Amino acid sequence: MVQPQLPQATPDDEAGTTADLATETGRSSRDVASASQRRLIWWRFRKHRLAMVGLVLLVAMYVVAAFAGFFAPFSTTTYSGEHAYHPPQVPRFSLQEGLFVHPTTGHTDPETLAPVFTPDESEHVHLRFFVHGDSYRLLGLVETDIHLFGPSEPGERWYPLGADRTGADLLSKIIYGSQISLSIGLVGVAISLLLGLLLGGISGYFGGTVDAVLQRVIELFMSIPTLPLWLGLAASVPPQWGPVPTYLMITVILSLLGWTSLARVIRGRLLQIRDEDYVLAATLDGVPTTRIIFRHMVPAFTSHIIATVSLAVPAMILSETALSFLGLGLRSPAVSWGVLLQDAQNVNVIATAPWLLLPGVAVVLAVVAFNFVGDGLRDSADPYGKRST
Amino acid sequence: MLRSRRRRRMAPVRAPRELAAVAVPAEELSEPDAILDVQNLRTTFRTDAGVVHAVDDVSLTVRRGRTTCIVGESGSGKSATARSIIQVVDNPGLVEGGRILFRADPDGPVHDLAALSATGDGIRSVRGGQIGLVFQEPMSALSPVHTIGNQIAEVLQLHTDLDPKAIRERVIAELEAVGIPRAAERVDSYTFQLSGGMRQRAMIAMALIARPALLIADEPTTALDVTTQAQILDLLAELKRELSMTMVFITHDLGVVAEIADDVVVMRHGKVLETGPVDQIFHDPQHLYTRELLASLPQREEAVTGAPSDEVPERVEVSDAVDTTVRHDDAAPSETPLLSIEGLRMEFESTSGTMFSRRTTSRIVAVNDVSLQIARGTTLGLVGESGCGKTTLGRCVMRAYRPTAGALHYDDGENATDLATLTTAQLRPYRRLVRMVFQDPYGSLNPRMTVREVIGEPLRVAGIAQGSELDDRVESMLERVGLRRDMASRYPHAFSGGERQRIGIARALITEPRLVVADEAVSALDVSVRTQILELLAELQDELGLTYLFISHDLSVVRKICDRVAVMYYGNLVEEGPAAAVFDDPQHGYTQALLSAVPVSDPRLRGTRPRVVYRPEEAA
Repeated sequence: MVQPQLPQATPDDEAGTTADLATETGRSSRDVASASQRRLIWWRFRKHRLAMVGLVLLVAMYVVAAFAGFFAPFSTTTYSGEHAYHPPQVPRFSLQEGLFVHPTTGHTDPETLAPVFTPDESEHVHLRFFVHGDSYRLLGLVETDIHLFGPSEPGERWYPLGADRTGADLLSKIIYGSQISLSIGLVGVAISLLLGLLLGGISGYFGGTVDAVLQRVIELFMSIPTLPLWLGLAASVPPQWGPVPTYLMITVILSLLGWTSLARVIRGRLLQIRDEDYVLAATLDGVPTTRIIFRHMVPAFTSHIIATVSLAVPAMILSETALSFLGLGLRSPAVSWGVLLQDAQNVNVIATAPWLLLPGVAVVLAVVAFNFVGDGLRDSADPYGKRST
Repeated sequence: MLRSRRRRRMAPVRAPRELAAVAVPAEELSEPDAILDVQNLRTTFRTDAGVVHAVDDVSLTVRRGRTTCIVGESGSGKSATARSIIQVVDNPGLVEGGRILFRADPDGPVHDLAALSATGDGIRSVRGGQIGLVFQEPMSALSPVHTIGNQIAEVLQLHTDLDPKAIRERVIAELEAVGIPRAAERVDSYTFQLSGGMRQRAMIAMALIARPALLIADEPTTALDVTTQAQILDLLAELKRELSMTMVFITHDLGVVAEIADDVVVMRHGKVLETGPVDQIFHDPQHLYTRELLASLPQREEAVTGAPSDEVPERVEVSDAVDTTVRHDDAAPSETPLLSIEGLRMEFESTSGTMFSRRTTSRIVAVNDVSLQIARGTTLGLVGESGCGKTTLGRCVMRAYRPTAGALHYDDGENATDLATLTTAQLRPYRRLVRMVFQDPYGSLNPRMTVREVIGEPLRVAGIAQGSELDDRVESMLERVGLRRDMASRYPHAFSGGERQRIGIARALITEPRLVVADEAVSALDVSVRTQILELLAELQDELGLTYLFISHDLSVVRKICDRVAVMYYGNLVEEGPAAAVFDDPQHGYTQALLSAVPVSDPRLRGTRPRVVYRPEEAA
């Protein structure tokens, strides 16, 4: 069959968006033309400097949390009663001794009742890489006692970020605490996402009465003041439960309150996409409803959902911290940033041992990093929208 | 009292000083009677996606008392030029060079507006006061939370010393002047209470109330229906004559240019290609691009000799009942039509009221008892203004909606059925035979799917072709619509509007359909691209024996490609017949009004046709 000679699109007609994206992402137009949605998002994300900083920070935090035993110089259970409220010790360096600190002995000042620590300058605690110390299970599997950095002799004490009330190393506790604090956000958001997708999806796709009822339920949930609700739900967790069931309950409580906003976002996106021409086109192609939803509609908003989720995680982290800080969430001996901050509830303690606020810095870092990443994702999720500068 | 004192303080007190600083000797104007002389203007947008020279070394002269049209396709820099003149370029655009010499009074001083600070008092006293501006979309240009009266009054409060009572009187008088009936009541209405045409009239009143020396109108009629456009164009011409005002009119529509321009500036890619009097541009174009633009104009009638006359077109009022259909019937079609629409009716229910108030359900009849026949291998044009139900009718034929009543008899010789009553499952075989081309080349292609997936989807879900066979069919279809085979692996974002529309056509034709519903298929495209797509559609029709239902608000396009034409008005079919008969001898009053409103694309024919205004008869 002879192919008809049809007018080709003129060169002037070439897509402006491709050229823009090409200059923006530093790729050739050809690459951009056949790049999938995910690729385009990643390229744009790479150009978002703050988001990249946040991403690197987050990856680092999660790696440290996963290998907490290795990165922490001590375990959470070793403590030294005489070193309670020990201030941070800065390592010193000499050619003979390498990195070291002087061991200290503590006593209470008889007049001010303040703890006083006197370094014994004749002795040295040598600080080395890959030292043997408290034993732990790497990733819960491999029993080992190797630590990245710490005193070379097992049993020696060093307080890089100071000590808490019991005389345990604060840095180790913050590192161990990140396991719970960082994962509770993910688990909580996962549960709320599930609920949100399901209920928001039903609400948005079916519309009508179902939608109206679900939206009123969401409004009801949103109208309850958070703190009293937390109090009530947390009170229902029996105090004799161990840390793991408590942890799970707290996550469930947080996600039961957190799904509402996600459900609304999903409903809104569904309602919007349902009216897109390409969905009508798919219907007219004879595509079955399930395929329309999963092949045509869901991919259109996954990137937005990811962005929303990454912005929801820090809210979860903050909620856990707040709950635990108030003593309603996790309790000792479980270690989370919120639990650690419980020690800093007392003004007196903050005045004498301000380093006890350091878990708060960890919270801030994690939350800010998540927000940067979320912002970056949101900006890069739409390859056609011009990024606002 | 307090209010007026506050206004006083806002008055640009430093304006005279700032203007004096940018005064330029009158000899520097390139023509002595110029009101505006733009010299080597450069406006640049520096975005993180690169530098865009929106206005690239543009020089143009606007002579006093004349209408200068700036014409160009989208992205040609015509709006950026206009916005640069009054320094309201959108962020991050910046006027980077050149001079904008403006002389408000014939013998007054000349000021270089480009040298003024964009946020200073100097330019503010010029904006609204000496240069008025009318935007494209009156709904977004007017504030929804203030009454139109207040918004118009603000211009006077800023530029004059009148007291509030006098201002209100002036506003009402001005609204009357722009043809808003019952102006004394309408002055207190909000924008959403006015129709599109009324809003644009209010916008014009706002631009003119301070009696500017120069009016800049940026696509003021593009968002309007063709009959409303005609009214606004008449109004502008009338006001210009009465107020002896100078006008810069920006448009992409050469028909409008022919209707109102004295001088024409043709722009493309931020540069001025050609300038000249309107007669010269239309009858002796110098630049190749101008000729291309003119060639893309449909049906240019025989040139009539003589200079453009400025006579007011005669105004004729007609009225016909809306529920009668005029049919120009030649001999009844011998063979059975491919699609026969009988008594089609489509109602939408809209519910208002909240949970606690009484629900009120109102019915909107979008399509009211329409009967039409489309013969095999022909093109039926369905025309009408926005909201007339033509898209709804198209979607009923597609069975995107289930019609409330009526029948859609489809008969291609092999299959014959009434599409209107089929269930979703029964419809499936017909989904391949009746296909649709969408208006929006951006929204109708899923950005998450490659072109291969988009075009191949109907075949895949119907289980007709798979794997390499599917790929091969998709790729040969791409070649057919004038794209390359290797484009199949690209995503829609890599294509321009015209190319996307080709993809949309490929998707419609991949299933070898009999009937294609093209809903405003070329309306979103620039003129030159539009011509290519129309040619493509015509070629494919000849080759594949397609039947088209071509829905459009653009009468010139319909006239160019359609065999028969059906005219709709508020859900009713008012006239139907062969294209030539309907266009040359319209019988129904609405069709006459619609046709008389289409701008004649020849300046020499200006004012030769009476303007017909249609008022529907009150239904008994």
